[in-house]
Amino acid sequence: MVADDTLAEVELRELVPAVIGILRGRGADFAAAEDAVQEALIEALSAWPADAPRDPRGWLVTVAWRKFLDGVRSDASRSRREERVTLLDGLDEVRSAGESVSVDDSLELYFLCAHPDLAPASAVALTLRAVGGLTTKQIATAYMVPETTMAQRISRAKRTIAGHRLDRPGDLGSVLTVLYLVFNEGHSGDVDLAAEAIRLTRGLRSLSDDPEVAGLLALMLLHHARRSSRFDPAGRLIALADQDRDRWDTALIAEGITILQAALARDRVGPYQAQAAIAALHADAQRVEDTDWVQILDWYDELTALTDNPVVALNRAVALGEADGPQAGLAALGELAEDLPRYAAVEAHLRAAAGETDRAAELFAAAAARTSNLAERDHLMRRAAELRASL
Amino acid sequence: MDKETIMAKYLMLKHYRMPSEYMDYTPMDQWAPEEVDAHVAYMNDFADRLRESGEFVDSQALSPEGTFVRSGGPGQPPVTDGPFPETKDLIAGWMVIDVGSYDRALELAGELSAAPGKDGQPIREWLELRPFLGEAPTVTD
Repeated sequence: MVADDTLAEVELRELVPAVIGILRGRGADFAAAEDAVQEALIEALSAWPADAPRDPRGWLVTVAWRKFLDGVRSDASRSRREERVTLLDGLDEVRSAGESVSVDDSLELYFLCAHPDLAPASAVALTLRAVGGLTTKQIATAYMVPETTMAQRISRAKRTIAGHRLDRPGDLGSVLTVLYLVFNEGHSGDVDLAAEAIRLTRGLRSLSDDPEVAGLLALMLLHHARRSSRFDPAGRLIALADQDRDRWDTALIAEGITILQAALARDRVGPYQAQAAIAALHADAQRVEDTDWVQILDWYDELTALTDNPVVALNRAVALGEADGPQAGLAALGELAEDLPRYAAVEAHLRAAAGETDRAAELFAAAAARTSNLAERDHLMRRAAELRASL
Repeated sequence: MDKETIMAKYLMLKHYRMPSEYMDYTPMDQWAPEEVDAHVAYMNDFADRLRESGEFVDSQALSPEGTFVRSGGPGQPPVTDGPFPETKDLIAGWMVIDVGSYDRALELAGELSAAPGKDGQPIREWLELRPFLGEAPTVTD
């Protein structure tokens, strides 16, 4: 049963950070503990569908601890420091049932894996493995690199942060960036990265009451709600304005809006809450004509004040074009640097709205040549072709 | 960490043959055998370092022999033409890397281009660096 296997696998993944925490609590360093738990996880994935233990966490702790001790022993036999092993060996029989991991320790694992000293790709990989409980192979497949490359990325990341004692309270912003990156990459393959990002952000929210954590979760839920309408059955990208809104997931939207409202009520707005508010306003419109562009524009102004991301300014020009007409949007666009990614696409969109069909078609074709992803390139080419056909 | 810097894949293309203005090093068939060995060792070593740094994706070499092929029309067998004319660009092989920035891709391509040739001197061959088109991002508003 595929569904049952999948369920078991997610349950198994959820145990991983706690088991790492228990090994660390027994004195293992992070890098060795994480390796040992990964090995135990791989063993569990192959053994459990046929023979699942009654106490999965206890099983993982026992197996991971043995793997850890094996590692220490082989290091020790090289360095001839047997006494350390003897000391640790006594712990082999410790029952794991009473061992637990505190909220602080769970939170620290998120901070450690997203440490600001790490390159984003390394932090993403380490977070997916240690907090997400994914195997190296799954992460490698998701990011389309060889497993050995991903394994190196993870072990280098662990070397980078080795010995870092975490400065409390840790850098929450880096954690949110990592989770956002996982979500934004979220094409669904063998591992559904978007769903994984949501699961990890839910986990983080149970550990931190920072309103930006809630804001990020709301943002993810509101975008995830549109997922089945973003592409047609042939794999073609469908622009927000053309999506079939009946296909949006109303339960996810309702949950996202509830979480967002509670966060906004705390009156500590941040960029994720602002982006979620924009997504919520889109979600609120039954038909595209019902979109409250004036409020969306207000949120873009808020977002501009909160970040210096030039992409926000581009999206703001689109919103302004909808709220006050395409000429207003074009005037705002004229203030921005033309070499911004998607500048030509935004100008094309505004010129098409202004009735400059010829120029818009040219710009859509130019935008297609400049985009960095395939689905968008094909979409922009289709827009150019549609406009030319209408001339 | 900067939200805009995510990993991107690039193709580094090596050519057997290019327009002459891009072919300014002594061709390999005029090198000593140990110079060829040193060149190959440099390439392998370069790939190994990329594996170690977690940036390696793929590396392949191509035979210089090849054929042009196209559809012969409905119900007809494919039409072939070849061998390639002397003037055609000939791809020798490629390496695919997954890196954190365009600057890093440039740096690596520069390093690969400096593989040793005649008299152990870096050949500084022209490589073609091409970004892959990636996946569409989820958040677009």
